[in-house]
Amino acid sequence: MKTAVIVFPGSNCDRDMAVALEQVTGRAPAMVWHRESELPDGIDFIALPGGFSYGDYLRSGAMAARSPILRAVSDAAGRGVPVLGVCNGFQVLTEAQLLPGALMRNAGLNFVCRTVALKVENSQSLFTAAYKAGEMINIPVAHHDGNYFADAETLDRIEGEGRVAFRYADAVNGSARDIAGVLNDAGNVLGMMPHPERAIDRAHGGTDGLRLFEAALGVLA
Amino acid sequence: MKVNVYVTLKPGVLDPQGKAIHHALEGLGFGGVADVRAGRFIELDVADGTSDAELDAMCARLLANTVIENYRIERP
Repeated sequence: MKTAVIVFPGSNCDRDMAVALEQVTGRAPAMVWHRESELPDGIDFIALPGGFSYGDYLRSGAMAARSPILRAVSDAAGRGVPVLGVCNGFQVLTEAQLLPGALMRNAGLNFVCRTVALKVENSQSLFTAAYKAGEMINIPVAHHDGNYFADAETLDRIEGEGRVAFRYADAVNGSARDIAGVLNDAGNVLGMMPHPERAIDRAHGGTDGLRLFEAALGVLA
Repeated sequence: MKVNVYVTLKPGVLDPQGKAIHHALEGLGFGGVADVRAGRFIELDVADGTSDAELDAMCARLLANTVIENYRIERP
């Protein structure tokens, strides 16, 4: 299993993501700089990490979504390669139109940094297959722009298609219908504001994020 | 050629920053403000003869996120 973490100027969860991927696969991921126009050969899983790519200039994720490497990520997603975007990575995926909707400033205007309860809405996706439908898990969030917005028609469609992967148990940031994570229509791209890579070790205070990586990386016990 | 681009949130999209500015104005004693919407102003210095279509593409593909924002282009 070969994995890659895309690194933008301003990414700050890239190393945490690398630790998670290495812990689960036993192999260090390729760290791919945003200026690259191609991914290394044979990449089976791509992660877009959290952080503040390009200093959040223009809009969170806007510049990263137009960087050379995103074309390669988009092509890989089109071929069915799993792509996980966490926090800023989720913002990048919406800006790149690989996922519907947009992530706006938190409704309360505060940066929210704490562990939140999530409900697993879809336990059939390749990322969530190790969870039970309706299961409650605890995963940390740390963001300023996590307020998920999409028009009502889009929300109805993604809900109807089972593309809401996770929902906040309580309001966290003003997100429409408390949506915390969204899948693309093919189910191989997941964007989520909470950080599963920050919940993979007991020293983190919880390990509920571990099963996401185990499922997505095909190493379920 | 200087071109002005105004990017604003679509009607109906909640604008927490506008709301905070509104509250701050009220805190300063400015009454009679019904609503505040915050947006972005971008000044482009482009080659003379840049077409409307090109300017429109710049807005649609980067300067505005059309999921949540409208844009208006003002030419000299």
